[in-house]
Amino acid sequence: MGSFEIDGKTYETDDDGYLVNLDEWNEDVAKYIAGIESVELTEAHWEVVNFLRNYYQEYNIAPAIKILIKEMKKMFGPEKGNSAYLYDLYPAGPALQACKIAGLPKPTGCV
Amino acid sequence: MADTEATATEEEPKVLTDLEKVGEPSVPRKKPNEIHPDDLVGKISIPKVEEGSAAGNKPYLCKPENMEKLGFPGDLRTDWHDAAIAKMGDLLKKYKSLQVYMDICVKCGSCTDKCHYFLGTRDGKNMPVARAELFRKVYRKYFTTEGKILGKLAGAERFDLDLLGEWYSYFHQCSQCRRCSVFCPYGIDTAEISMAAREIMDHIGVGQKYVNDIIVKVHDVGNNLGMNPKALKATLESTEEDLEEETGQKIRLPLDEVGAEVLMVTPSADFFASPHVESLLGYAKVFHQAGISWTFSTAASEAGNFGMFIGSYGQMQKVASRLTDAIQEIKPKRLIVGECGHAWRIAYSFWNTLIGPFDSLDPNYKRPEHICEYTLDLVNRGAIKLDKSKNDDFVVTMHDSCNVARGARMGDKPGGQFTIPRDLIKASCNRYVEMDEETIMEKTFCCGGGGGLLTDDLLELRVQGAMPRMQAFHKVQESHGVNFLALICAICKAQFTKILPKYGVGMDVAGGVHQLIANAIELGAKE
Ligand code: SF4
Ligand code: SF4
Ligand code: SF4
Repeated sequence: MGSFEIDGKTYETDDDGYLVNLDEWNEDVAKYIAGIESVELTEAHWEVVNFLRNYYQEYNIAPAIKILIKEMKKMFGPEKGNSAYLYDLYPAGPALQACKIAGLPKPTGCV
Repeated sequence: MADTEATATEEEPKVLTDLEKVGEPSVPRKKPNEIHPDDLVGKISIPKVEEGSAAGNKPYLCKPENMEKLGFPGDLRTDWHDAAIAKMGDLLKKYKSLQVYMDICVKCGSCTDKCHYFLGTRDGKNMPVARAELFRKVYRKYFTTEGKILGKLAGAERFDLDLLGEWYSYFHQCSQCRRCSVFCPYGIDTAEISMAAREIMDHIGVGQKYVNDIIVKVHDVGNNLGMNPKALKATLESTEEDLEEETGQKIRLPLDEVGAEVLMVTPSADFFASPHVESLLGYAKVFHQAGISWTFSTAASEAGNFGMFIGSYGQMQKVASRLTDAIQEIKPKRLIVGECGHAWRIAYSFWNTLIGPFDSLDPNYKRPEHICEYTLDLVNRGAIKLDKSKNDDFVVTMHDSCNVARGARMGDKPGGQFTIPRDLIKASCNRYVEMDEETIMEKTFCCGGGGGLLTDDLLELRVQGAMPRMQAFHKVQESHGVNFLALICAICKAQFTKILPKYGVGMDVAGGVHQLIANAIELGAKE
């Protein structure tokens, strides 16, 4: 377990730095985690984060990679709707970085 | 007053509980970007031993809540020592082989350089015989006359907290791949010893987070990934749309269709991750073109069974029992298993004892069948056609999954687990190259992430353990331009996708056998 503090409020994380309580997430939390991950959040990053959060709220799990890429096609057009662009945005990968910044738990399994 | 307050808030050295002492790595874990493998040289070399160099490798401990959900103690039992010895006694009685392995090792040394974790970490304690010795020391102390009387002189050692810490470390640096057993003149299977060690540790309250959390997820949600029925349905529907867009045909990914001829059981990673999902598309295209009715099932939405990794027969059975429910519900005639290494071992070697006999299934087919034998049979009978040129971008090699290679068979002939996937690959592409024969088939090296070690808290170990395989791959990459590493295991796929870039190889080099099939299969009307 770990934690971090923003403006006097403490946020609990798991051993890998993922937010424990999804409801505590806010943009400052996202920016803070992105900072640790050395990811600079642009408009495109936010769109991915927002999609992940909305999807999680409905399905209680992060979207499958194909669903995420399909959504990116809708958001950014066919040239950017691919995993290369996803890794451009989040070099350590969607599970390790995008989910983390979006406040989602880390997907585990044989993945 | 003010003084005492000031000292109270000062950073005091954290006092670790006994359990934390067992689970705490002796050196801090590196961050992913700090982990760099050695440069690959011409051949796999036997390293100069660096004693204790891997002692810091320890996975996270499982939290009390999930330990208790699995029926294990939430903390290190106060009577852990006696409880561990009693459990060891039970296991020695229950598993005759374990008792034999304790007694017959002659320290010949044949196994020493056969373990990928030893080769990768250089730590002498990762030699299979040394790993087993951690168990044997305790065995001698409490279960042999010489050990009881002579103690250390007879290689016996009291089970204390330090030794337990070593157990936790080194029995989680074994992927239970059984490579060592192939080279042991007595067939001693260190994998079985490490399963027993993990079983004893869970029994006294020392569990590993990654594996135990996943078993809890299977019980609670239905699969390793934690994908609930609603998400599974939505995911399959979305993937069906993709398939239609790609092929122009209505290729289905059916779920819970009662009365389907085939019940398909595959690792949940196939629904979710890349490159796993490419094989899922392959299965769907094969079934579609074969014109057979088939379905996935919500109840059995996971082929994997992590109960094996912790040596727990009870957990293995409980996880496997989900399949019984699925068979009762769907009433299929055939049962086919997707690309998953340890799942196939369990399916082939244990399902019958765990949840068999499968009397309701059609006895004209194997119960269960592996997807590779099913597809190859269709190819051989001309029931589906493959256009090899569709894979002309690839020079392919195959990594045998250890659980398939050394824990199971496939088809009717001995060695079918090697020839069937290879024949299938060769039917789907024009260029196939074999890696060094010392690293394939029954001598295959583990991917480095098997046996419940596919977790980022063991990333450094995973990178190091992949070295022998990467070495062999590197060679055929240089000599033949190999650019596709064909796999039949979800864990291998995840492991390589993550580890290849560390060795300077693109992650998309790793892919499934049915990914090649998905590329090559001719869809549409049959002549
Ligand atoms: S089973 Fe595999 S990982 Fe375990 S000691 Fe033997 S070779 Fe090493
Ligand atoms: S090869 Fe077998 S007998 Fe020889 S040291 Fe290893 S485990 Fe013991
Ligand atoms: S992941 Fe693959 S290679 Fe590694 S232990 Fe499993 S089956 Fe073996």
